[in-house]
Amino acid sequence: MWVYEKKLQYPIKIKRPNAALAKIIISQYGGPDGELGASLRYLSQRYSMPYPELKAILTDIGTEELAHLEMIGTIVYQLTRDLTAEQIKEAGMDDYFVDHTAGIYPQAASGVPYTAASMQVKGDAIADLHEDLGAEQKARVTYDNILRYVDDPDVKDPIRFLREREIVHYQRFGEGLRLLTDRLDSKNFYAYNASFDNTKIQPR
Amino acid sequence: MTEREKMLKKLSSYDFALVELHLYLDTHAGDRDALAKLEEYERKAIALRDDYEKNFGPLSPMSEINNPYSWINSPWPWDNGEE
Repeated sequence: MWVYEKKLQYPIKIKRPNAALAKIIISQYGGPDGELGASLRYLSQRYSMPYPELKAILTDIGTEELAHLEMIGTIVYQLTRDLTAEQIKEAGMDDYFVDHTAGIYPQAASGVPYTAASMQVKGDAIADLHEDLGAEQKARVTYDNILRYVDDPDVKDPIRFLREREIVHYQRFGEGLRLLTDRLDSKNFYAYNASFDNTKIQPR
Repeated sequence: MTEREKMLKKLSSYDFALVELHLYLDTHAGDRDALAKLEEYERKAIALRDDYEKNFGPLSPMSEINNPYSWINSPWPWDNGEE
């Protein structure tokens, strides 16, 4: 279960609306490497993990991603607050506005709605942890790309915080993968089927 | 920054230290220094949370300080900036 906390993981207080920026940042809400997909990926992958450390990493990082989802929602919301329909059109956000007004909808910057097709749950610890390492790097690159377009320090600050979290998560997933491969049967040279064929894993 | 925002920022920094230490301990469960830090920040966070909730209302629906019912009254996180 989860318990909601009525606060953000990192404070966000944006004074100047900017719909053009909101239109690209929404990709981290519902885009292919966004926070919704990250959370759903880790929280779904954890069931088939063979070791408690791996279940813990996926649960804790998956939970933190939900807090990041809320931060992105807050950024987009505050960037589109108090704008007129005319200003929305000038910023090129009218194609979003017509379907969602100033609501927060999980989609990529391109307009493609959130799809679970952008993530995988393989049921195999090695395959899943490798995906997670890639996912953290892809999210980090997306934040780097967003930062190329951001001048406003009110936006830059929380985006940089989120970017740094991707780097820390990548580190923890790397440690998880090493922990797993260290415990594989020494005859399992090619490191495969760590979740399904339990004979390939050394008991703790 | 209002008094509420200052206090919430401080609490968020303690809570962030807890998130970070928990994640680290997931893969370094034997690190006694990190565990001591975790306990230190837990103490700090509990005391400050209590103080915050007494002044500005509950942070969680499970908070004991919800009498009279005030969950709906304190500001929602995304509305920060409208105070």
